[in-house]
This record gives sequence, C-alpha cells and structure tokens, in this order.
Amino acid sequence: MRTATPLAQMLLAQTSVEFRLLLRRGESILVTLVVPPALLVFFGAVVPLPSHAESGRPVDVLLPGVLALAVMSTAMVSLGISAAFERHYGVLKRLGGTPLPRSVLLAAKMLSVLAIEVLQVVLLLAIALLLGWRPAGEALLAGAALLLGTAAFGGIGLWMAGSWRAEAALAGANALYLLLLLLGGIFVPVSSLPGPLAAVASLLPSAALADVLRYALLPGAAAPNLFPALAVLVAWAILTPLLAALTFRWE
Amino acid sequence: MATAPAPDAAISVQRLTKRYGALVAVRDLSFSFCPGEIFALLGPNGAGKTTTVEILEGYRAADEGEVRVLGLDPIRQGRALKPRIGLMLQQGGVYPQIRPLEALRLFASFYADPHDPVALLDLVGLREAVHTTYRQLSGGQKQRLSLALALVGRPEVLFLDEPTAAMDPQARRATWDLILAQKRQGVTVLLTTHFMEEAERLADRVAIVDRGRLVALDTPDQLARQSAAREIRFSAAPGLDTAALADHLAAAAVLEPEPGRYVVEAEVSPTLLARLAAWLAERSVLLRDLHVERRSLEDVYLRLTGAKSEE
Repeated sequence: MRTATPLAQMLLAQTSVEFRLLLRRGESILVTLVVPPALLVFFGAVVPLPSHAESGRPVDVLLPGVLALAVMSTAMVSLGISAAFERHYGVLKRLGGTPLPRSVLLAAKMLSVLAIEVLQVVLLLAIALLLGWRPAGEALLAGAALLLGTAAFGGIGLWMAGSWRAEAALAGANALYLLLLLLGGIFVPVSSLPGPLAAVASLLPSAALADVLRYALLPGAAAPNLFPALAVLVAWAILTPLLAALTFRWE
Repeated sequence: MATAPAPDAAISVQRLTKRYGALVAVRDLSFSFCPGEIFALLGPNGAGKTTTVEILEGYRAADEGEVRVLGLDPIRQGRALKPRIGLMLQQGGVYPQIRPLEALRLFASFYADPHDPVALLDLVGLREAVHTTYRQLSGGQKQRLSLALALVGRPEVLFLDEPTAAMDPQARRATWDLILAQKRQGVTVLLTTHFMEEAERLADRVAIVDRGRLVALDTPDQLARQSAAREIRFSAAPGLDTAALADHLAAAAVLEPEPGRYVVEAEVSPTLLARLAAWLAERSVLLRDLHVERRSLEDVYLRLTGAKSEE
C-alpha cells in the first residue's frame, strides 16, 4: 500500500500553478491589476469626482472604494470566470480523478486569489502614496474587511462558476462587476445616491465592503456607521460561499 | 442472483445498471478481469462505454449492481483508490494556459512515487512542445499529454477512454507500444475504443457492448473464430450459376455482390478449393483473385451491433 502524498505538498504545487495561470490570462491581468489602479489614477489625479474634491485629497476618499473594487475583480470576476472555464474544459473533473482532495483544490484557489490581492494592495497603496495619501486608520479592520469581502465575492464567483454555463458566467461576472462598480457604493458612496436606490445599494456586498473600508481608513471624515455595513458584509461572507457549496457541480 | 465478485479481480462489474432519466445507458452489465490484462470495451457511440468507465473511476454512482476496482468501491473508498489509478478522459481535462511540463509536474506532486516528468515528456514525444500551452497543442499532442498525465503516478490500473481518437497513424502506433509496455510492467488497462484494430492489437479480451448491453465477450481471436464461417472471395466471369455452385460445394451460400466478384460462405478446406477450381474448369472459366478470408473482429462487431440497430 502506498503512502499518501503530504497534503501540504499538494497545496503548494496546486497554489503555485493556480497563481501562475491567473497571471498568464490577459483578461485576468486587465481586470485585477490594470483597471483598479487605472481608475485610482484617473479619478484621483486626472479628473477628480466632484463629491470627492470637497473632502480633502481625492485619493483619500477614493482608496477604500478602489480596494473594494480590487477584491471584487479578483475574487468574483477573475476566480469566477477561470473556474467556470475549468469546469467547462473538464479540468475540475480530471483533478477529481487524482488524489488531490477537493478541499485542497479549493484552498489553493483561495490562496492564489489572496496572493493576487496582496499584489493589488501593494500596487494601489504605492500609487496612493504617490498621489499624496498617508497611512492612517485601522489597518487590522481594513485587513479583516478585505478577507470578508474575498469570501463574499469568491462565493459569488464560485456560485456562477459551479452552476452556470461558462459563457453565462463570463457575461454574468462582467455585468455584475460593472453594475456594482457604478451603483454598488464603490466610487459614489451609497449616502450620495438618491433615496430608494440608496436603501437597496446599502445591502449590496460592494457597498458594505467599501463602507467598512472607508470607516477603517478615513478617520474623522464623514465616515459611515461601522456596524450596519459590517453586519451586511459578514452576512454576505457567510451566505454566498454556502450557496456556492450547495449548488456547485464539478462537471 | 448476482454472483460474488472474484476477490482477485483487478476490476469487477456485477449486474451494473445506470439510467439517465428514461434512458438506460448501461443495462445489467457484468464482466471482470485479472491484474495485468488489457481489457477493451468496444461498441458504437452511445453504447454505454464511457458511462461504465466513469462509474469505475468513481465519477458516477451505479443505479443497480456493484463495481470494484482493486477490490475497492470507487466512490466510498475513493480516497484509497485514487492514488492507485490513472485515467484519461475522452477529451479535455487540462488547463488551457498550462504547459506540458508544468501539468506533469503538478500531477506528479499528487503521488507518492511519481515518474520523472521530463522522462515522461520524452516518452510521449512532447519534448518539442515543451513551451506550447495546452490550448495550442494539436489534438494528437493533447491526447499524448493526457496519456502522460494518466501514467505519471505509476498507476496499477489505467483507464483509457478512446486514447488514440485524435491521433495520426504514427502517433497511434507509438501509443499502442506505450500501452503494451505498461502491460509488461504489470499494469491493468481498461480501454474503450471504436477502432477494431486497436482492440485486436492490444486487448487480451474484448467486450462488445451495444445499447448498454454486453453482446459478446472473449479474446479477439476467439471472437473472430466463433463466427468463423470462413469465406472465399474470388473473381471470374460474371453471371455464373451461383445456386448450382453452392450445391456443388455444399456451401452455405454463394453470392455475387458485384458482377464477376463472388463470395463463398463455407468452412474452408483443401477439398473445397479443389472442387471450386474443378467446377470452374469444367465450364472453361478462368479463376482470378482467389482469397481465403478469416473474418476479422470488425466483421463480428458489425454483425453483432449492426444487426441490433435494424430491430
């Protein structure tokens, strides 16, 4: 009888491949490492949004929203689309025929997403520093918010990947990204949206994540209340992974 | 009553039935074979070959009956079984952007005592494609990589679902050699194919399945012999009296499928050939192109699966 391969060895090999493949896909680079920094530069330095110009440096107000966008682009769009096509091409099925446990595959995917997010955060903070931002606020709370957001958006991405056709997941993830970018409290705080829209938008995971990040990183500014936003974010972080787990089909 | 699975069988399938809604994909199928055998499932598309293989691989659950691979239940004991099997899906199964050596190294990390990925890459002839992503490989190259991925963990049982379907003849022959080399090392192989020649060349035993049912199971030689009614084909002047010739030869039938081409269905013997020559000589007919043909597995296959589809 053969001895089992150590799980840690599998996890390392699988994570390294997942990470390299994410960086090899042009559309994934575009959405994760080009779009968020480009929007930060554009709205932070080139054409500041009017609402941001009032409250000091635009970059201070922009940064939390762009960090939320970065999480959304990696955990929902990039992960969701790549996993959808891996299912479509039978990659997930084939891996299921090896000794690699499903849980290790999933852990490798989440670790590779976190690795990309680290790259994003470093890149965005570097740009923000150049634009005059200075570190302030509660880093620990911001980090926790990013992790919760990763769970919430990763759950949405894997839900699409595991139960939608690959083409539908591709279209769906991109459409949702654009929708949440505009109406989900990313650039325009929910409080500045018209009344009824604001009520709906404040329940969205993007608004909740952006609001918690604003609370953490913008001390003293017109920061939103922490607890309603945090509660919404935690709820999404529990519900969407659960939904994905219940509906995921491997082939 | 289902018989107990043979304890020493590498693979045993007992009264397996699988339905997809109203469609019965596999119906009461039973077979088993020993370690070190190459066993071929042969049948037309939709015969239930892939369904059967995927149940053995642990991808699908049986509706009725019992399957064992190396004595283990492929689903309930999948954890213990997976390190000991290697498999090739009918198509796909590899990340589009991965390169062959990366894929082999990844899969190698899943097993305790894997083959050397570089040596394996050479073995399947993919050295020149080492920088090419999977997406850009040719159909045959993709299949060779899939085969290498199936072999990398030194499996005891190898499942190959139409392994050479997209290959050119040269790659096909090289792959056959590779599969035979695995057998020499004691690996058990379950192969599905619709290439008769593949089954004839590789398999120790062949199960012919049609619409989920087993219609024949034996060695390729024995299968061909069973339906032996050997036949003689010859060419001569058109319009011979085939009924009289059949009488003279005591043959089952004499046919003239095209003018001047004849088929004699009879047990072939030296006497039969002499009588045929004599009968033609009496009529001053020149005998051209005499062939004594042994029925190939292909004939058997077409007869067994073709007859049914006319029901």
